[in-house]
Amino acid sequence: MIHCVLHDPHDSVAVVVVEGVAAGMTLTGLVLDEDRTLTLACVQDIPLGHKVALKDMAVGDTVIKYGVDIGKVVAPILRGQHAHVHNIKTKRW
Amino acid sequence: MSNSFQGYRRENGRVGVRNHVIILPVDDLSNAACEAVAHNIKGTLALPHPYGRLQFGADLDLHFRTLIGTGANPNVAAVVVIGIEEQWTRRVVDGIRATGKPVAGFGIELHGDHDTIMRASKAAKEYVQWASELQRIECALSELWVSTKCGESDTTSGCGANPTVGDAFDKLYAAGCTLVFGETTELTGGEQLVAARCRDERVRADFLRVFDRYQQVIDRHKTSDLSDSQPTKGNIAGGLTTIEEKALGNIQKIGRTCRIDGVLDKAEMPTGPGLWFMDSSSAAAEMVTLCAAAGFVVHFFPTGQGNVIGNPILPVIKICANPRTVRTMSEHVDVDTSGLLQREITMGQAGDKLLDMMFRTVNGRLTAAEALGHREFVLTRLYESA
Repeated sequence: MIHCVLHDPHDSVAVVVVEGVAAGMTLTGLVLDEDRTLTLACVQDIPLGHKVALKDMAVGDTVIKYGVDIGKVVAPILRGQHAHVHNIKTKRW
Repeated sequence: MSNSFQGYRRENGRVGVRNHVIILPVDDLSNAACEAVAHNIKGTLALPHPYGRLQFGADLDLHFRTLIGTGANPNVAAVVVIGIEEQWTRRVVDGIRATGKPVAGFGIELHGDHDTIMRASKAAKEYVQWASELQRIECALSELWVSTKCGESDTTSGCGANPTVGDAFDKLYAAGCTLVFGETTELTGGEQLVAARCRDERVRADFLRVFDRYQQVIDRHKTSDLSDSQPTKGNIAGGLTTIEEKALGNIQKIGRTCRIDGVLDKAEMPTGPGLWFMDSSSAAAEMVTLCAAAGFVVHFFPTGQGNVIGNPILPVIKICANPRTVRTMSEHVDVDTSGLLQREITMGQAGDKLLDMMFRTVNGRLTAAEALGHREFVLTRLYESA
């Protein structure tokens, strides 16, 4: 089963695409642009559609998805954690 | 992919995929009469809306352009127009009449609702019986005009439903179709990627001009970083975090190979085939209404969390890749591409699945939104009334 997908091999986050992803699970991630998979230890419960961090990130770091800047880190994120509005904000507006 | 479909050829040569007789109010005051006519004459459709009084300038121009464009759309066989005043009613009638299709107008003043409804019903009955005898004929695929706009997006839109549309758009572009996308503010964060896809410097300059203009509207009115509106609460619940992330998912709809051939104002009709960008709101019903008014005859609407939108005259095909939405809102989904996220189908197969549903739809199959009676007709306003 594919648990999460990422677009570009350089992405720092992946999208959870199944329900029931929970702390302690080993996730299989699909790299869409390369049609290969990777594995990742999940350390928090993450709802369907939400993102899991693929690497540790510090406040001020740029978050990469689709191989492109999607915002800045506003609270520290560890690999395998839930990455969303509580730790990422827009750089626009 | 087939290179033809069964459509209705209209007087001006354009091809429609539906055969509606619409009862079109010029203004809010005429909704009651229009709905009464549509009640009297079966097979006709009233398009009530809340505007049309004391608008002026560019906002009034857009109002007329949207109403005239809706009546002129080739999915419409004939039109009955009703307005409170004779003069503005005639303006809409004359605009639609330029297509050569049957159209009649009725002003309510000096007549009242009863007399207006009676006279308009007689015209509507003639039209609907005439339209019911029109036949579909074989039309070239290149004559098809296809629009797209997504809604209630989530992260599965960006990795599943939107690239499905993109794959289909690349194929339709190569086939010579006329295509449009829009949602100006929802390109924020991906605008340089869109600019890079413009066919030449002139189109790129046009695109960046309208993009910058919309950014200025936001800068003028915003009270925050828009985190409460863009992404929407539904987007955030679905996992989208920032406008940049939403925009990058959004632009998956324009595929990988097709170029942007021109920029359109709201409800403006394209002048040739290719992919057009329409400066527009990202609100679903507004954008789809503008696409119909610009002459598009079928719409691709990818959704993640499950937007239920339809349009009175434009069949809206829903594409969804979110396995939970496909399960919980199945009656709204025309094309399920959730298999993409489990590597069960390729992007090319997903695009073909959408194109197969597109052909079935333009040949006559009702979309989920049509069967469920979704007829959202929402006019875009630019500023306050006088």
